[in-house]
Amino acid sequence: MFRTLASGSEKIEIYLDGKPVPVPAGISVAAAMLQLGALPTRLTPVKRSPRAPFCMMGVCFECLIEIDGLANQPACQVEVQSGMRVRRQCGAGELAS
Amino acid sequence: MGTVYDTIIVGGGLVGAALACGIAARGRLVAVVDGDDRDFRASRGNFGLVWVQGKGAGFPAYARWTAMAAKYWPDFECELRETTGIDFGFRQNGGYDFCLDQVEWVARSEEMSLVQQHTRGEFEYEMLDNTELKRRIPQVSGDVFGASYSDHDGHVNPLYLLRALHQRMQKLGCRYYPNQRVISTRPKNGSFIVKTSSDRYQAKQIVLCAGLDNQRLAHELGMHIPVHPIRGQLLITERVESFLPCASLPVRQTMEGTLQIGNSHENVGFDDSTTLDVITRLAARAVRIFPHLSGVRLVRAWGALRVMTPDGVPIYHRSAHYPGAYAISCHSGVTLTSLHAGVVADWVCDDAIDALIAEFSAERFDVSNTSLRV
Repeated sequence: MFRTLASGSEKIEIYLDGKPVPVPAGISVAAAMLQLGALPTRLTPVKRSPRAPFCMMGVCFECLIEIDGLANQPACQVEVQSGMRVRRQCGAGELAS
Repeated sequence: MGTVYDTIIVGGGLVGAALACGIAARGRLVAVVDGDDRDFRASRGNFGLVWVQGKGAGFPAYARWTAMAAKYWPDFECELRETTGIDFGFRQNGGYDFCLDQVEWVARSEEMSLVQQHTRGEFEYEMLDNTELKRRIPQVSGDVFGASYSDHDGHVNPLYLLRALHQRMQKLGCRYYPNQRVISTRPKNGSFIVKTSSDRYQAKQIVLCAGLDNQRLAHELGMHIPVHPIRGQLLITERVESFLPCASLPVRQTMEGTLQIGNSHENVGFDDSTTLDVITRLAARAVRIFPHLSGVRLVRAWGALRVMTPDGVPIYHRSAHYPGAYAISCHSGVTLTSLHAGVVADWVCDDAIDALIAEFSAERFDVSNTSLRV
């Protein structure tokens, strides 16, 4: 569905729901999810309805996702890093124990 | 102008809207004259508890009154939900109030015992130690001394409740007039004229449910209704997995998973802003009770002004000078909703003598009576 304008950028590896996947360096987690077609990116806490990145500028909070063990991160505001562990949330975020 | 209403209710918050539902359901033509969105509105900033614990420890009638409100809630909720189709999240499956140390626990225990005596045993409660509390809510810190628990307590989403009451009162034929600043409330030949910034309304009865403005408005109707603001600040967190089984203080979890942290009391006049020191203190107390919340993010905080009487007990007052004029002031707009739409509406409609309601008259603050009560 999505295609990048820039070509040949450097690839790094992140973990999506525990599986290693290659993504271009320098893009946001939300952009990576869209490129990978990894949708929906979460299910809402009350009605479990599917959600995906929407505004891509940090205001709509639709793209909340767990990153490196911390729930409810705005995926569009966080740049992918090598080895980053990204996990899609089903419902409210889990509390770190 | 033109229409003469049976009853004008000044104020469309939880108290005014509930009373409007009750009076309109008895076949009366009711006008609700409401203020501006920017007014101080306790109904739009409160915590959402249906709470019996500790209420009226120093005022037996208030203990009985609150216990009665809690008892009537399930039927009231059912009717309001079925007639409006709005589920305002009412859950009455108990409530915990956490005590950080032994001093708090002992004081709470004495309060609870008084409420039980005042209600002649109807109010039941438990005082839990840390072991029993942790058995019920494993996330509670080992440092928390214990908690009080009562089956009578519960909670709602207060904004949905307000919306349901408004929808119901309008379905019952109430006329709703928002954005009205009331300039005067004048008795005239056995009726009352309410003059606002943009209109005039006339009715045979008038009930003041205008929160902190009651004191000003009551004066013209020969009533002395002393109320003052007590600010509460309230924190809202991101939604987290459900871990609280029922209502609780000072941290409660909504049915969507949001945590609400509150219960501050500040005497700062007509100022509903938030302050960093109180936010910090509230958050720290929540984390002392539940250490696993230390990484949870706050998404919002606000201040709201409670409507407080000198003794913290509600006022239900009927003017001695002008029959048909009433004033209601309380800071438990959610808990008492079931009574405001029921027995209080009867009291107003029938102009009836009610021995229990009579205990809440503002006459208790008259100088000549103050020595009788402490």
